[in-house]
Amino acid sequence: MADFTTADFDKTADFATGPLNTVLVANRGEIARRVFATCRRLGYGTVAVFSDADSDAVHAREADVAVRLPGTTSAETYLRSDLLIAAALAAGADAVHPGYGFLSEKEDFAQAVVDAGLRWLGPPPSAIAAMGSKVAAKKMMAAAGVPVLRELSADEVGEADLPVLIKASAGGGGRGMRVVRSLAELPGQWDAAQAEAASAFGDGTVFCEQYIETGRHIEVQVLADAHGTVWAVGERECSIQRRHQKVVEEAPSPFVQAHPELREKLFAAARDAAAVIGYVGAGTVEFLVAPDGSFAFLEMNTRLQVEHPVTELTTGLDLVAWQLRIAAGEALPASGEPGTCASAIEVRLYAEDPAKDWQPASGTLHRFAVPGVSCEFEVVETATRTEPLLRLDSGVESGSVVGVYYDPMLAKVIAWAPRRAEAARVLASALAGSEIHGVVTNRDLLVNVLRHPAFLAGDTDTAFFSTHGLDVLAAPLASPETERISALAGALAVAATHRAEASVLGGLPSGWRNVPSQAQRRVLAAGASEYEVRYRFGRDGLVASGFDGVGLVSATPAEVVLDIKGLRRAFRVGRHADAVVVDSPLGSVAFTVVPTFTDPADAVAAGSLLAPMPGSVVRLGVAGVGDVVEAGQPILWLEAMKMEHQVSAPVAGVLSALPVSIGSQVEVGTVLAVVAVVEEGESA
Amino acid sequence: MTALRTALDAASTEHLANTEAMRAKLAEIETEHAKALIGGGEKYVARHHERGKLLARERIELLLDPDSPFLELCPLAGWGSEFTVGAALVTGIGVVSGVECLIVANDPTVRGGATNPWTLRKSFRAHEVAEQNGLPVIALVESGGADLPTQKEVFIPGGRTFRDITRASAAGIPTIAIVFGNSTAGGAYIPGMSDHVVMIKDRSKVFLGGPPLVKMATGEESDDESLGGAEMHARTSGLADYLAADEHDAIRIGRRIVSRLNWRKQGPEPRSTVLPPLFAEEELLGIVPPDLKTPFDPREVIARVVDASDFDEFKPLYGSSLATGWAEIHGYPVGILANTRGVLFSEEAQKATQFIQLANRYDTPLLFLHNTTGYMVGKEYEQKGIIKHGAQMINAVSNSTVPHISILMGASYGAGHYGMCGRAYDPRFLFAWPSAKSAVMGPAQLAGVISLVSRGSAAAKGQPFDEAADAQMRELVEAQIEAESLPLFLSGRVYDDGVIDPRDTRTIIGFCLSAIANAPVQGTEKFGVFRL
Repeated sequence: MADFTTADFDKTADFATGPLNTVLVANRGEIARRVFATCRRLGYGTVAVFSDADSDAVHAREADVAVRLPGTTSAETYLRSDLLIAAALAAGADAVHPGYGFLSEKEDFAQAVVDAGLRWLGPPPSAIAAMGSKVAAKKMMAAAGVPVLRELSADEVGEADLPVLIKASAGGGGRGMRVVRSLAELPGQWDAAQAEAASAFGDGTVFCEQYIETGRHIEVQVLADAHGTVWAVGERECSIQRRHQKVVEEAPSPFVQAHPELREKLFAAARDAAAVIGYVGAGTVEFLVAPDGSFAFLEMNTRLQVEHPVTELTTGLDLVAWQLRIAAGEALPASGEPGTCASAIEVRLYAEDPAKDWQPASGTLHRFAVPGVSCEFEVVETATRTEPLLRLDSGVESGSVVGVYYDPMLAKVIAWAPRRAEAARVLASALAGSEIHGVVTNRDLLVNVLRHPAFLAGDTDTAFFSTHGLDVLAAPLASPETERISALAGALAVAATHRAEASVLGGLPSGWRNVPSQAQRRVLAAGASEYEVRYRFGRDGLVASGFDGVGLVSATPAEVVLDIKGLRRAFRVGRHADAVVVDSPLGSVAFTVVPTFTDPADAVAAGSLLAPMPGSVVRLGVAGVGDVVEAGQPILWLEAMKMEHQVSAPVAGVLSALPVSIGSQVEVGTVLAVVAVVEEGESA
Repeated sequence: MTALRTALDAASTEHLANTEAMRAKLAEIETEHAKALIGGGEKYVARHHERGKLLARERIELLLDPDSPFLELCPLAGWGSEFTVGAALVTGIGVVSGVECLIVANDPTVRGGATNPWTLRKSFRAHEVAEQNGLPVIALVESGGADLPTQKEVFIPGGRTFRDITRASAAGIPTIAIVFGNSTAGGAYIPGMSDHVVMIKDRSKVFLGGPPLVKMATGEESDDESLGGAEMHARTSGLADYLAADEHDAIRIGRRIVSRLNWRKQGPEPRSTVLPPLFAEEELLGIVPPDLKTPFDPREVIARVVDASDFDEFKPLYGSSLATGWAEIHGYPVGILANTRGVLFSEEAQKATQFIQLANRYDTPLLFLHNTTGYMVGKEYEQKGIIKHGAQMINAVSNSTVPHISILMGASYGAGHYGMCGRAYDPRFLFAWPSAKSAVMGPAQLAGVISLVSRGSAAAKGQPFDEAADAQMRELVEAQIEAESLPLFLSGRVYDDGVIDPRDTRTIIGFCLSAIANAPVQGTEKFGVFRL
């Protein structure tokens, strides 16, 4: 280990004295809960803040005190440093933890917190500032001897440099990044990136560097105390990314495991990076590692990372606890950097549909249950452990409403095991067995990744999704046959619900007839597929057309056990209004019960365009009703999750209705427009 | 709790033979049910579907709450007649929006759903069930009116149809008519008399006289729509309360109407937790021997029908040819009277009388399990007053006001049929097992009696007795009586509410008791003068 001290740099000065008893977390969801968990364990009081959209959120409920931030958008709430500081003062907090995202890397906010006489549970504002500009940070790192990628200005990019990556200097989390593969598209992309950066980060500075297609994203967790000690606390590999956002993270890195000589080089570079900016607290230094083992500094995240739990489980360190201790002036122990043990893998469960271009999803999370969870937000000592461990850090619970205003990450699930393959298996099986009802998630994708031979071989790089094909990786776990048999199980569970809820004759056999004439009929839709299930209970049991050899063992509203050609399988069924979700080890299938009757007044006109997601209408591509439109012509744009989604005419015709206007807030399924097909010979 | 035990050996040759005989009879019944199901035959069913219309039973299935049970009544009406089995009408009790309703649906594939004499009897029976048990009535109407060749048997008694609808309404029983097609001439009064009327755009046709008749009567030129279309009735005449877009929509509206009836059952609620019988219902197939001269113990039936096989027998040591006792079926208390050895003696009649009085005192419905050859005859019994005692029992049964349910398991002969609450005694429901027989007496006995009478007559006249002719006569009479005492024949004449699979007995009785509980269950202290 390397103690790095600068005699003329008294870092404790930044850390106000006085008591540290109560912590406000200027964040929401799982990270707020994560910080609260350690606070509670260490005896600190907790203060939550919540936007109006989060007034029922778990993080707001479980803090000692919760302070409302009026409004729903991030800009109105979690990005309002004035409101956050006022909340801290009003609630009697004496420290502010920023979590990640939002204001966590805004030195102005850090400074305002300090100026308000509160402790900032993060690095000194100067350190944030130093890393805040990626362009400046790279220069500083290069000067300190940390390897960096050569920065290219727009006009010096040559054919040999391609592909290149344009990045926003003030950006983060993958936003504002653009890959450019031809010189022709460079100017356009450059301008677009500048515009996007300016609108998203208030700073239009962009830069360009060589894009390493099959590089690996490996990062080093650092902990630095105010007394000059900097620890490198293990590395993490986060190569599996979508849109430059991490999806699967693990410690240690399989690549570093295979090239052990690399580890100390990375650690040393990380320590240097932290030391050179006078870093204090927990931070992460990110590197891009090329297949030949050469690496370059990408950026330093001056905050706790989303993926910190894999480090916690492999080192036994509670990083949040160390943030608190360091803020209180405590020195890192003389025992030195901890060793790491075994393997931990984290997945980010997002409310999004990978198969639909990662479209964010929203709605009510009717049920959220992960089986076999050993702990939540807890750092369990694994040094002497032999049994695998499953940790859940979740911002949601059954019944939570997943909105459109914030990041769609629902939870992180982390598995630790003595062997990497075991951790992957435990995690995949827990995810596959999870009951996640009401909101589309990337669960099946995660399971496919964790079970993929390339992943298990440690063969992970940032191009993992494109290399192995999103069509394969995002394929549902449930096969078409599973979907069909799940429809039967779902229909039988619905039947059991009907019987259980019957106000009269509930004790009689389901669908009993003294003169049977036809089967009961239920139609369940899963996506675009509709399953018509016809079933009857005869004296010899279930009779379901198209399901020869399938017998019913038992059926309750919550569970249906079927004997499928001699194999007995249990299907767990969740019913939430018209939604029926069937979970089994074969995969989860979400159905909608197609209603038997439709009030003609509720029927949707043919040619209607329905909102694919909740959001607001930002632009119109037509003048109004009566417009003649071509197939594929954009009708309007919906903004959801800060992304614009184009809604186009499915067929050529005449716009016969346009019930929305700019600014309209719409729910999923809202009719946005109706395009009437013009018959040949009919005049428009 | 007094759990019945069983002496039944399901592996015995006797039980297996009984089961085999019962299965053969069930197969026969199923064949006849299939005739009712296909209605007017495949050709007319296909044509009906091609017109975008649903069959009567498809309409009913849509109307019912999903996965709820449906008890079809009198499915064999018209059997043995010139008309189609089922009599162009489907009737039954089913759950609509959580309410047990009496549903009547014309089968338009059978001669356009025209009403024949058996249709009429079946529909009268259905309305009787609705009225006695206080069940809302939903009519799914599509009928071409009276079957003209048999109009003489339909027209005059048929007037009762409309009287029944409005009397039901007057009694607080909601009546709903959903008109799927023709409901013209007299049929127009079905929606006309109903509390709620749903008509279907371009489908319903309700008028007193169609265009030709109007032309004949007044010379006016008209068309179907202006005389009786759904739009006209919904917007102009006001006969239709709801205008439906199509058949599905009409049924949806019908379900909404029922959900707004604010329906409250007047009778008792069942126990919430119900235990099934201890013994397999499957074994009910093998209890009744094919030859009804062989007695069987009805307690074996009771043990497979009542909750937890729990039966408290009343007066077990007295009048042992009739078992009486208390039990629950699907959580509803019942008093049961079951013949154990066929014949009813004075003791049995008196025991039954006392038991029926007790049930009336405690507002407990009664279940009659028939296997009786009638009241005992003979000098000794006549002198001991068998007529008086039989009359007591019939008096009690006749005047009892608690609901009665009769199940004909085996024989139901002579006055025994009356004393055990035969059809003429207005049980709320009466079902027959395929093994049942009902007549004034057994076929052999009846033929024997005729033979003895003619032999006596010949002797009195001093004429020689033709033994060969007598034997032939006996055979003929026996065959005729046998045929006319069988359940298919009796069910065809609507003398029961259906022939049932013995294994369904518990389910059907539970169904009936629940339907019965829509009206108050109240006993009486008023009986006729008991001749003591």
